Amino acid sequence: MKHLTRRAGLAIGIAALAVSAAQAQQRTLRYYADFDPAPLAAFEAAIAQFEAEHPDIDVVLQNFDHEGYKTAIRNFLTADPPDLLNWYAGNRMAPFVEAGQFMDVSDVWAEHGLHESLASAAASMTIDGRQWGVPYTYYQWGIYYNRSVYEQVGAQVPETWDQFVANCELFAAAGIDCLTTGTRALWPGAGIFDYMNLRTNGYEHHMALTSGEIAWTDETVRNTFANWARIQPFITASHAAIDWQDAAALLVQGQAANYVMGNFAVAVFKEGGMTNETLGFMPFPTINPDVPRAEEAPTDTIHIAAGAQNPEDARTFLAFMARADVQTTLNAALGQLPINSGSTVGDDPFIQAGFELLSTTPGGIAQFFDRDAPAEMAQVAMEGFQQFMVQPDQLDAILERLEAARQRIYQ
Amino acid sequence: MPAAHQTQSKRSWWRANQQRLTPWLFLAPGMAMFGLYVIWPILDSFWLSLYDYDGLGAKEWLGLENYRELFADQAFYTSLKNNVIWLVLYLLAVPAGLMIALFLNQTVFGIRLYKSLFFFPFVISQVVVGLIFSWFYAPRFGPMYHLLEWITGQRIAILADPDLVTYGIIAAGLWPQIAYCMILFLTGLNNVAPDQVEAARLDGAKGWRMLWYVILPQLRPATFIAVVVTIIGALRSFDLVSIMTSGGPFGSSRVLSFYMYEQALSEYGYRMGYGAAIAVVLFLIMMVFISGFIWKMVRDEKEGY
Repeated sequence: MKHLTRRAGLAIGIAALAVSAAQAQQRTLRYYADFDPAPLAAFEAAIAQFEAEHPDIDVVLQNFDHEGYKTAIRNFLTADPPDLLNWYAGNRMAPFVEAGQFMDVSDVWAEHGLHESLASAAASMTIDGRQWGVPYTYYQWGIYYNRSVYEQVGAQVPETWDQFVANCELFAAAGIDCLTTGTRALWPGAGIFDYMNLRTNGYEHHMALTSGEIAWTDETVRNTFANWARIQPFITASHAAIDWQDAAALLVQGQAANYVMGNFAVAVFKEGGMTNETLGFMPFPTINPDVPRAEEAPTDTIHIAAGAQNPEDARTFLAFMARADVQTTLNAALGQLPINSGSTVGDDPFIQAGFELLSTTPGGIAQFFDRDAPAEMAQVAMEGFQQFMVQPDQLDAILERLEAARQRIYQ
Repeated sequence: MPAAHQTQSKRSWWRANQQRLTPWLFLAPGMAMFGLYVIWPILDSFWLSLYDYDGLGAKEWLGLENYRELFADQAFYTSLKNNVIWLVLYLLAVPAGLMIALFLNQTVFGIRLYKSLFFFPFVISQVVVGLIFSWFYAPRFGPMYHLLEWITGQRIAILADPDLVTYGIIAAGLWPQIAYCMILFLTGLNNVAPDQVEAARLDGAKGWRMLWYVILPQLRPATFIAVVVTIIGALRSFDLVSIMTSGGPFGSSRVLSFYMYEQALSEYGYRMGYGAAIAVVLFLIMMVFISGFIWKMVRDEKEGY
């Protein structure tokens, strides 16, 4: 295994050398990223604008396959670090910060007033009181629903958990899955858990739980699962065997009514034939009215590698990406939300709804379970969430397993 | 002249030891490769399994802590149990392959085509086999899903059912493996001595007795190879698990090789030491079988098979 990774790192290194040798006359910024085709086009436009403003800097973007990037990053950061690279906020960047692979960019934050303009994401970019990158986009999570199905059974869009559960009875009577999800890749189940817990116990509890400060066998966690158990029978039965896109198809076809998902799913719903008239979005219903509403909005970020060849120009690039006008254009193309408070958002109704939702959140904005919790804990916990949705009677065994994992992982 | 004398003595040393050295010289490249790519990684894995290492930071010495954790890890026992199920059920490929080989070992019109069709599953990639079977079992549109619904009246998504999922994957694995065993037996059947069959027939043997006492003993080498490749195939079953379920639902279809990958290299893993400890356990299990095979081969060679 070790040899394999070293050789892969070497191959990347040779490829990168060839690239940098070709562009010797300008100062080069090497940028590694993992964009899908549509975001890639948006980013290439942003990079073109940057190069127009800074003609002496040439940004060389090397795009990786999205899944492969998660493995490749560990190789190239040690073997041949680029100047700039994409990653995620929250605990997801902690291993690299702790291993000294990301550069401290607190000076960029201080110099360009990012503590004010990017305030909503400042907490999730901060480790040990310093900032380690710049966020450029985020998107809301919530419940996407099929309006036609709601009309068909005569259900009202719910605001409280009791209403939501009552609706589920209506859908079940009509043979429709009240809530759908596809947990083959595990993470969609974590979205449901996060909202169950944010609505039952609130943002502080979410952060404490993902930082390992609360026992999984605690009464508060059990309350979350008790609320979840009320809708467990109404969740698509075969969810463990299907991917999230398959579950999206169920919603499109009217075989399911609701789907807890991130805003990126809108593109999939619309490809399936849904329109702004048939697809609806609502915030996750209130469970405990005493808990201030908190939301989930995973943030995507850009970092400077600790071994960067050209950290000065890389800082210029980060400052550029943090600018309000840049984030406005970029996110209009991405179909997501800018972080900069001075940016404006597009007129897509789902983007508007997300902007409204996040900018009025009183409780706090969480990243996502697998970004707030350490990777190992995320893996064990998400398996537990999946099992709970299949075998709710195993709850005690699941929670004890998670608690044992917590005591090992956070020691 | 001293120089000439030296060459003289060198040459004679070479001449004296030539017979002894030549085999080693021929073996040297192979041994170097084997040492570098097989022996060294095995030792390295043993060594790594004593550390806590995430692939980035410093290694931290743990001693046998990884193993202590492994033997208390429920997921490890699930994987081990699944490996045993794989091992037992996968061996069905040997008799099944033999049956098909016997059935196809006749001379009728178009038999080559039938043989090719039966061999086809082994030719296509395991990835494709995994995908085909995933669709076959898929809830709502898979033929198997509908068939089960029609027979039992229940909606059973095999790959989402923790009790059935391993059997579902093994069934997918058996498909190409049976074809593989079949081709081994078909070539073996070509070498069955016709005079012995003739003699047995004259003595009145037919049916099962003919198969058991005359044909099968002559198929011994083919059977041996079929068992070896099937056992090793069962132990390293990784691709099908990875493609069809990623070890799910909640880890109930994991096997040791997949668990090792998940711990050491997957998105949420990077416990290299723990993964190496699983690899060591898997290696020791395989070693039991491999030593058995080698011991048998050496014995056979001495007896002159």
